[in-house]
Amino acid sequence: MLAFTLRRLVVAFSVALTVSVIAFVLLHLSGDLATSIAGAEASPAQVAEVRHQYGLDRPLTVQYLDWLWRALHLDFGNSFYFRDSVVSLIATRMPVTLTLGAISLAISLIIAVPLGVLAAVFRGTIIDRLALTFCVLGQAIPTFCLGLGLIIIFAVNLRWLPVSGTAGWQNYVLPSVALGWYAVPAVMRLSRNGMLEVLSADYIRTARAKGLSPAAVVLKHALRNAIIPVVALAAVQFGFMLGGSIVVEAVFSMHGVGHLAWEAIARNDFPVVQAVVLILAAIYITLTFLADVINALLDPRMRVA
Amino acid sequence: MAHLQSRLSRALTAAVLALAPATAFAGKATDTLTYASDTEPENVSPYHNNVREGVIIARHVFDNLIYHDLATGKYEPQLATDWTWVDPQTLDLTIRKGVTFHNGDPLTADDVVFTLNYAVDPASKVVTKQNVNWVKSAEKIGDDKVRIHLVGPFPAAIEYLSGPVVIYPKAYFQKVGLDGFAKAPIGSGPYKVTAVVPGKGVKMEKNTNYWKGSPLGTPSIGKLEFRVIPDQETQLAELMTGGVDWIWRVQADQAKQLEAVPNLSVLAAETMRVGFLQLDARGQTPGAVPLKDVRVRQAIAYAIDRKAMLDNLVRGGARIMNSACFIDQFGCTDKGVPRYDYDPAKAKKLLADAGYADGFTIDLYAYREREYAEAVVGYLRAVGIKANLNFMKYAALRELSRAGKVPIYYQTWGSFSVADASAFTGAWFKGDEDDLARDDEVTKLLKTADTTVETETRLKTYAEALKLIAERTYLVPLFSYSSNYAFTNDLSFTAQPDELPRFFKAKWK
Repeated sequence: MLAFTLRRLVVAFSVALTVSVIAFVLLHLSGDLATSIAGAEASPAQVAEVRHQYGLDRPLTVQYLDWLWRALHLDFGNSFYFRDSVVSLIATRMPVTLTLGAISLAISLIIAVPLGVLAAVFRGTIIDRLALTFCVLGQAIPTFCLGLGLIIIFAVNLRWLPVSGTAGWQNYVLPSVALGWYAVPAVMRLSRNGMLEVLSADYIRTARAKGLSPAAVVLKHALRNAIIPVVALAAVQFGFMLGGSIVVEAVFSMHGVGHLAWEAIARNDFPVVQAVVLILAAIYITLTFLADVINALLDPRMRVA
Repeated sequence: MAHLQSRLSRALTAAVLALAPATAFAGKATDTLTYASDTEPENVSPYHNNVREGVIIARHVFDNLIYHDLATGKYEPQLATDWTWVDPQTLDLTIRKGVTFHNGDPLTADDVVFTLNYAVDPASKVVTKQNVNWVKSAEKIGDDKVRIHLVGPFPAAIEYLSGPVVIYPKAYFQKVGLDGFAKAPIGSGPYKVTAVVPGKGVKMEKNTNYWKGSPLGTPSIGKLEFRVIPDQETQLAELMTGGVDWIWRVQADQAKQLEAVPNLSVLAAETMRVGFLQLDARGQTPGAVPLKDVRVRQAIAYAIDRKAMLDNLVRGGARIMNSACFIDQFGCTDKGVPRYDYDPAKAKKLLADAGYADGFTIDLYAYREREYAEAVVGYLRAVGIKANLNFMKYAALRELSRAGKVPIYYQTWGSFSVADASAFTGAWFKGDEDDLARDDEVTKLLKTADTTVETETRLKTYAEALKLIAERTYLVPLFSYSSNYAFTNDLSFTAQPDELPRFFKAKWK
């Protein structure tokens, strides 16, 4: 088990490193950082000054290693745009993103698990088909599109909920639905498959033979076992949601880490982009790692992987 | 992807507009004007941000020394009651008495001297250097007298003093430092900042003690709230639901649809931004060799139907430009400047005379308003010039152009909203990397114009330089840009070409 954990840790660390290299390269490929930081109307002399001031005149490998070295000491530097340190920028905006992620996850579980169970119980019927259709739709609608659609229906026309901002709990409803929607299909399919597997197990036949009501069989006996892989998946989905919040926060003008990342990308604010990418990747990797370990604990067969 | 996104979201917007019901707006009821824009200033200290949203806040919270009346084009006293040029490099000003900052401190000559010296001190890490780099230093030469020493002769100083150069409270700034000031700025302007919320916006309140007789007038609306909303569709949705009262830079097609919404007003107004083609007249790139011939450059100017572009694409208050500047800038004129009205036959003849009867192939680069650039490409093709459109991000394109690799450059320039021709010509004909023409004669004339204090000579020299630029067709001016504002019907609002909303002049109806 220890060897397995160590192996997984090494993999997780290399993934984080790769992600940071890719983010770094992509950002530098998108155009000259100094020109964009200096602003649209800066003179060549100002650009040169910025290039030197931010150390952008050094070779790329030196810039990257310098960043990495400081990042390893948890020093992510200062934003090129705001005067604040990257750490404080992210820290003040993290609560919004975490709240949004948690509510979204809850919403997606509330929708997806019952839907999956229904689809499994009524396998092959119209209910199953409808659930799958719903699933495909969920996967097919881009988040920004769904977000705007929700705004049109619930904020502009019905006036039930506010359009944007983070003033109260009402502001979280639409963005959470938009973000949670994306996770519904995966969770639903996994619940359905898990249920199907469990429903054909011997102990379910026994439970039925005992004369328990169908509802009790499904909810008390089957669901508890079928839900275990869903919990692991939910952890991973939470990581996805933090990434997906970039689009949702921009659409709903919520000032979390996603919005910060959006702005930072637009401004080529490279220290912020690097830090956000690394932190989101780290959260994602940690969650995946934990899911792997939990699975391995539950099921020794997984430890070989 | 981004393109698809904007297409999709525009389709959605159309759907919103079709369905939007009428509602009452909250702004007037609470005497709070909420305005939205997509960018958050990195720092609300006016010398420490480079964005328009920051300039808006600066003009509402601070005072200038001089006031530029855009209607008359005249400079009027604001914090300075009068000013005189001692010599072309020395400007004396008398500072008004009885003006106080929002915290009650009186505004004196010391504050003016402090602000100017602070703004040019490298340790202040000012990011709007282009606005203050003409100042060498400032000193107090009397109880209410300030003397500004300039780096060199710079008559446009008056324009800068009436624009980006705003006055800080010395005592308060020194007490709280830049970081404190960024969180709670204090000025003497018509509005005072009540809250700066990072990532969200800025709240302001009417300065009830604003000094009488200010050319800015007495503010009418009680509270201003600036909200950062990055997505344009979200801004529209907020406007329609009364979440915000005012938005700007609405796309032309969306503005047209917004006009149909009963409780909203749409205003299309001209801006100082000018679109133009910059031509690689020295033929630095292999493909640009034909451009070395002035007849080819003139053919390009004749080939483009600017009026059709203006009527069909730009719309709303914009005008055709014939000179390499924005026509209302001081020093900018198109009198005596040759015009190139749409004449494809003449263009073809000029091309034939230059030995390109069959045309040639060339690269055209653009970074914004793809449809404008596409129209230009279409016009050029019609006379035989096969222009290939390369659409790029601004930073990458600017770099490419500075490396001398752009034959035809679809550029736009907003002159930092400075109403002086030097802010335009100075950017494109200074003989540096951005100057593709490098015409010594033009550069020399402009240098004289930029540094002559005597008004008549100044105007004459600009006119001469602009004439040369047009004759030699280094730059093909197209038209000014327009911008669309959308706001609640309750609001009485007028726009200015410098794209600086003046909410202190706005009123509820």
